[in-house]
Amino acid sequence: MKISREDVERVAELAYLDLSEAELESYRNQLDDILEYIGKLDELDTSQVEPMAQVLAVDQSADATLREDVVEPCNVAGDVLKQAPDPEAPYFRVPKVIER
Amino acid sequence: MSANWTIDGVKEALASKKVSARELAADFYARIRERDSELNAYLTLSEERAYAQADRVDSMIAAGKPLPPLAGVPVAIKDVISTRGVRTTCGSKILEHYIPPYDATAVERLEAAGAVILGKTNCDEFAMGSSNENSAYGPVRNPEAMDRVPGGSSGGSAAAVAAGLAVASLGTDTGGSIRQPGSFCGIPAMMGSYGRVSRYGLIAFASSLDRIGPFATNIRDVAAVLKVIAGRDSNDSTSTTAPVPDYRTVMEKPVKGMRIGIPKEYFGEGMDDEVRKKIEAGIEVFKKLGCQLHEIHMAHTDYAIATYYIIATAEASSNLARYDGVRYGLRVQNDSLIAMYRKTRGAGFGAEVKRRIVLGTYVLSAGYYDAYYLKGQKVRALIARDFRDAFTKVDAIVTPTSPVPAFKLGERTNDPLQMYLADIYTVTGSLAGVPGISVPCGKICGKLPVGLQIFGPAFGEARVLQLAHAFEQAGGGTV
Repeated sequence: MKISREDVERVAELAYLDLSEAELESYRNQLDDILEYIGKLDELDTSQVEPMAQVLAVDQSADATLREDVVEPCNVAGDVLKQAPDPEAPYFRVPKVIER
Repeated sequence: MSANWTIDGVKEALASKKVSARELAADFYARIRERDSELNAYLTLSEERAYAQADRVDSMIAAGKPLPPLAGVPVAIKDVISTRGVRTTCGSKILEHYIPPYDATAVERLEAAGAVILGKTNCDEFAMGSSNENSAYGPVRNPEAMDRVPGGSSGGSAAAVAAGLAVASLGTDTGGSIRQPGSFCGIPAMMGSYGRVSRYGLIAFASSLDRIGPFATNIRDVAAVLKVIAGRDSNDSTSTTAPVPDYRTVMEKPVKGMRIGIPKEYFGEGMDDEVRKKIEAGIEVFKKLGCQLHEIHMAHTDYAIATYYIIATAEASSNLARYDGVRYGLRVQNDSLIAMYRKTRGAGFGAEVKRRIVLGTYVLSAGYYDAYYLKGQKVRALIARDFRDAFTKVDAIVTPTSPVPAFKLGERTNDPLQMYLADIYTVTGSLAGVPGISVPCGKICGKLPVGLQIFGPAFGEARVLQLAHAFEQAGGGTV
């Protein structure tokens, strides 16, 4: 067994994810199977391999195509706030986070 | 009116005034109303926007103006791609009422080319799935076999085109989500190279893997749509400046003498015997076309699923952190900010999305990062090297798209790992960043479509389309 119930609880805590009792148990079992399967990567010796974070060639990478950092007005604040569950223009309102 | 429209057919019918763009859109909506209650391919119809665009096309025709390449062509857009003013749910309850304030670049380009956007198509929640059964809005049915899945995650985009409810559509592919449903529904489906099509406005699942690409009923139409959406976009720094050729023209070149690699690792255990026979018959078609066949080895193929499920879930756990109930989407109210986050996410995400967030968070967490995420990035480098090495010896690689044909609804939902293994032949190309297409390659029992996959080197879309077109013209679709 690779993963315990406490592991799943800890990870759910990190991800700010409420899980039910039933979800905790089924995810523990399923993740155990998946991690067991993923364990097959240990068959490969990768000590001499550089990790690959993205696939583009150097001259096509994001670094090579950065634009000038200039401000461009886009005037979407109103439309954006319309999508908010609890807006109070020009703010998003959230539950109180600081005690007086 | 016929349900079998092509882009050329639309062009001809509009030019000869047999039909107006508005009448054509209305005809598609009528067919959608008649058929889609059983298929469930569409989540939202964008009639107002579609008719406004159709009227623009009709007035261009009336004024005798030259028409753009997709003038009046009815298309559908996967619901993970942002459409201004048109609800975009990602197949999730957490975005049930979300209306994007802007268009994805691919959508903007389609509309600028004259396409009429009929609506948004169903998909697995946040594009996570291989059967479309993870949609919060119910599964899509396969128009070729109503008791079976259409594949996923772009199941709605594939089913809509296969059922004649759109002439072409956009899907997204992270591990096979365009090619596999194309294969299951019996239509061509293409993923260009990573960086070929702008991801601006594509709601992110795994940013180093996500790609937008077309579904259509024939290769010429796939080429036409890809040509329109491809190319550099300053809003996506990973979109490249590599030139976009006129795919329709260059793909007419003969394929005689082309070297095709057949990797034996793609014909291993777990592959359906009938699928194998069809793919072997498909390979014979290339032989008859004068291609040279070479057996090749891609040694790390067997490690691709494990690698993919580390990298894709790690990126997903990070990308999906944005759904916190503050700026958009669902909020479950609570007096504490943290509890509001937790309850919102717990209630808004479905089972597969939560499973992947948990897995992705786990592989990135302190103490496990090196063993999983770093290891995955290293094996990804080996898989990409397999492709680079292969393309020094051959011009293209031919494989099955999926080891099995469309499976029955509900058949695999209880075992996530079995569902993941459905992507075994597609995730390799996703990890390597190369272009790939699935083309129809006969049907099993005269009913269940089989897809043949063609990979090309990075930015070798023209060559992939050239082979796909030759295969289609030589009758590959009915082997």
